[in-house]
Amino acid sequence: MSDHDHDHARTFQADHAEPTSEGARVGLALRELLIEAGHYTPEEERAVIAAMQGASPRDGGRIVARAWTDPAYKERLLANGAAAIRELGYELEPYEFTVMENDDNTHNVIVCTLCSCYPRSLLGMSPAWYKSASYRSRVVREPRKVLAEFGVELTDDIDVRVHDSTAELRYMVLPQRPKRTEGWSEEELAALITRDSLIGTQRAFRTE
Amino acid sequence: MTDAVFQVGQRVRIADRTPRVHHRVPSYAKGRVGVIERVCGLHGEPEKFIRGNGEPKQRIYRVRIPQSELWQDYEGTERDKLEIEIFEHWLEETE
Repeated sequence: MSDHDHDHARTFQADHAEPTSEGARVGLALRELLIEAGHYTPEEERAVIAAMQGASPRDGGRIVARAWTDPAYKERLLANGAAAIRELGYELEPYEFTVMENDDNTHNVIVCTLCSCYPRSLLGMSPAWYKSASYRSRVVREPRKVLAEFGVELTDDIDVRVHDSTAELRYMVLPQRPKRTEGWSEEELAALITRDSLIGTQRAFRTE
Repeated sequence: MTDAVFQVGQRVRIADRTPRVHHRVPSYAKGRVGVIERVCGLHGEPEKFIRGNGEPKQRIYRVRIPQSELWQDYEGTERDKLEIEIFEHWLEETE
């Protein structure tokens, strides 16, 4: 980098750990070139990363709690996820947002076998296991076994639906509202929701 | 917007081919038969991003495939399903 005297190259500080692999170095070099060529600015990159780091599963919890307490909202959320989520004030990337509902006889789980697509703009960074080759290859092939390893034991009267996020859609599971939570406030309900329950690797909640 | 070629509930086969460019169909789904679960929007064609901008856009469908059709030794029930996003040009009508 020392022989660059270009403004952007001098001021561009990659928001990334020190590259340790050949691939990571190539990636950083490519970002510098894209910035130098004017495809985007370092400020834009920082803003995107900050927005993703600001997003968290808590926002997913708010959406789920609203759906649990407002049947009309739930209907809109299942019919057009992106529009219903924007109603609550969230900015989403231009993906089709798809919400899959669990019930007594259905359990949904999300994966991206080809890479690691994940609704980062809404839920923040994905967990490391979501990106692992093991999860991505096994959950499509033996979902019940993988879910059991996460503590989700499914009896045969519960159908498993695996959603492979292969293209331009992004997914969130709408978990089932736990029993004995009648009268809970939306805030109390939202606090139950975990990141894993939105991916589908958790089914039950602690309500005591 | 062009009309969707396939409708919800229609049986389709996912093409079994391997273009030499980046494409978004995992090998386990190639050649498999499923049912259209929902008709989605138009998006850039992945194979065309290597040169250009993915135009003209292609429609995406969600295809529902029984797990027991995908894996011979599947351990689960006959009702377990896998759902996957497939671009229109990868789908063929089937009986």
